[in-house]
Amino acid sequence: MADHISSSGESHGSVGSYLTGFVLAVILTVASFGLVMSHAMSPAGTGGAIALLAVVQIVVHLIYFLHMNGSSEQRWNVMAFVFTVLSVLVLVAGTMFIMHDTAINMMSR
Amino acid sequence: MLGKLTLSAIPYDVPILVGTFIGVAIAGLAVVGLITYYGKWGYLWREWLTSVDHKRIGVMYIVVALVALFRGFADAIMMRSQLALAYAGNPGYLPPHHYDQIFSAHGTIMIFFMAMAFMQGLMNIVVPLQIGARDVAFPFVNTLSFWMTTISFLLVNVSLFIGEFSQCGWLAYPPLSEQQFSPGVGVDYYIWAVQLSGVGTLLTGVNFFATIVKMRAPGMTYMRMPVFTWTIFCTTVLIMVAFPILTVAMGLLGLDRYLGMHFFTNDGGGNQMLYLSVIWGWGHPEVYILVLPAFGAFSEITQTFSRKPLFGYKTMVYATASIMVLSLVVWVHHFFTMGAGPNVNAFFGVMTMVIAVPTGVKIFNWLFTMYKGRIEFHATMYWVIGFMITFSIGGMTGVMLAIPASDFVLHNSLFVIAHFHNVIIGGVYFGYVAAMNFWFPKAFGFKLNEAWGKRAFWCWFIGFYVAFMPLYVLGFEGMTRRMNHYDNPEWHPWLLIAEVGAVLIALGIVCQLTQLYVSIRDRNLAENRDLTGDPWNARTLEWSTSSPPPFYNFAILPEVHELDAFAHDKEAGIDTRQAGGNYQPIHMPKNTACGFLIGAFSFVLGFGAIWYIWWLAAVGLIGVIATVIARSSDNDVDYYVPVSEVVRIEQEHTHNLMAAQAAE
Repeated sequence: MADHISSSGESHGSVGSYLTGFVLAVILTVASFGLVMSHAMSPAGTGGAIALLAVVQIVVHLIYFLHMNGSSEQRWNVMAFVFTVLSVLVLVAGTMFIMHDTAINMMSR
Repeated sequence: MLGKLTLSAIPYDVPILVGTFIGVAIAGLAVVGLITYYGKWGYLWREWLTSVDHKRIGVMYIVVALVALFRGFADAIMMRSQLALAYAGNPGYLPPHHYDQIFSAHGTIMIFFMAMAFMQGLMNIVVPLQIGARDVAFPFVNTLSFWMTTISFLLVNVSLFIGEFSQCGWLAYPPLSEQQFSPGVGVDYYIWAVQLSGVGTLLTGVNFFATIVKMRAPGMTYMRMPVFTWTIFCTTVLIMVAFPILTVAMGLLGLDRYLGMHFFTNDGGGNQMLYLSVIWGWGHPEVYILVLPAFGAFSEITQTFSRKPLFGYKTMVYATASIMVLSLVVWVHHFFTMGAGPNVNAFFGVMTMVIAVPTGVKIFNWLFTMYKGRIEFHATMYWVIGFMITFSIGGMTGVMLAIPASDFVLHNSLFVIAHFHNVIIGGVYFGYVAAMNFWFPKAFGFKLNEAWGKRAFWCWFIGFYVAFMPLYVLGFEGMTRRMNHYDNPEWHPWLLIAEVGAVLIALGIVCQLTQLYVSIRDRNLAENRDLTGDPWNARTLEWSTSSPPPFYNFAILPEVHELDAFAHDKEAGIDTRQAGGNYQPIHMPKNTACGFLIGAFSFVLGFGAIWYIWWLAAVGLIGVIATVIARSSDNDVDYYVPVSEVVRIEQEHTHNLMAAQAAE
């Protein structure tokens, strides 16, 4: 059972950093919705753009809400991040490989 | 006001359900009456339902698992009976609408609420003791996990009497599970039960990962961790990777159903094949989430009852870790026939065959542990040996299914059913029962009756072969799974044999219940009491403290100098307990009702959302959030156990130890 009083030297953020993160997250979300709803770009372009916005969104969350930063001395933060990237890679890349191959093989696209 | 909920949702015109309801009501009233009669409500609430003690939570998990086993098995024997009858002109006694709910409920309950609950119960009871810790990293989160699992199971059982359950199989494949083809509440019951229990499981994963990383006893390096702890460690990693995938799959399906989106629908650009890929991205690691802890339990039991250290500890650890990684890249073998090309199928087929290698390594390790050991044929060992035989057969049929070409013949046939019951009963279930027999004295301070344990084993072991070997044959004869009726005369005798097997397994369950009854009745007999805390002369730290352990587990945290710390200390004549040493006040968490409350509000949320009673769902959601806020702002969550109390408890155990030694 860990101490309930947090005594680690890790940053837990401030109101300011949380607000910055929140505003950035809102902007990125609105931008994604706006792109899709306004039909401003071609379908493929829209797909690429919202994927990019999603990745930026992830980074914003990691920095402002999960307090990942370069100065952190806890290797667990980095390991947790590597772990996340690994699982996302396995699932996303694997699914794309499978679905692409299926679409080609079944001539559904 | 009540959404979709009307009086017609109560199935009072279905005799089987009315009978079940009366039975459940009588049993429930009897339990409530007994608790009231003995005045135990306060005790139950203070000492169990609100407990944050990992040992008590573990026991409650296993109670839930046994209830789920009973429910799931009732479903199973109903299916077998239907298929024994429903041949040619006889329609059987279960109409398709009811039958489809039964097979969906059977799979859902057995995986999510029997196996998962059992596994979490075992890890709760054993892991903190095994690593020499006083509790888990987040005791409150632990009780929350338990209640999320329990209320989800309750939700599934409510669907028996209010509305209906899913008719789409245990993984609810779209488009069948979409609103268009399943307009009832069945799939919504499924989605909410799986989602809410998934929260609990994910939190357990995080909790135990943190516990094992941060709270091992001084000196216990990673390569000195007991094998069971290693397997739980890998299981928690898999839980953290896989369960979010399940949440996403259920979430997208829920969006389709509730908000009319088109992720997996036939029209509107949906792609139901994507669901298969996503759900099995969770589903295959899930298999290893269940079986790795069983492997860990087998390792502990084999070395204890063979009276020698485990053969190849390091290879066991590396095999476990390889299985952990490989289990993430095999999921396509569940849908080879979906239409992917040879590149995809060959890759995943090969990976599936590769994963059999570390599993085979483990089998050989257990065999070599037994080789030249002084094997004690304790009831627990019966399950281990039964496992090794049964699981090897199941593993080999698994490799057959891993060959895409042969999978095209066998896919969706009873061969697949036979295969996965072969590994899940023979691997997971045998393992959990062995573990329960092994660690029962640690949790309660008395041993389980061996004669009834052996009878239960023989009924289960023989019953399994009689029930499932015919299914392999039926698979080759082309019988597909989930059939309600058939008119092929060649299938009929095999299904009758399978029914006999199911009855034998029922006898096995009766033997297990009798075993519990007899053991509790005779708990005070001298040969059943465990005064020393080490009834099997075992090797790991959980046996160094008393049985049942004091609520703080260890008065002084043990020091680990070697693998199998307790065995090492016994040989070297070191007192692991350091009895009479320098006791300090012990920092412990206080019990809390918040886990129970969040569970109860989540149940309300789920029930409201299933029936489209939105005000009720809002009440549940607000209740959850309010409880979380209240809990987060509560600083009165822990206390110190005074030294005098520690001394009193420790002296009592020392006294028992000396009495036990004198009796020898």
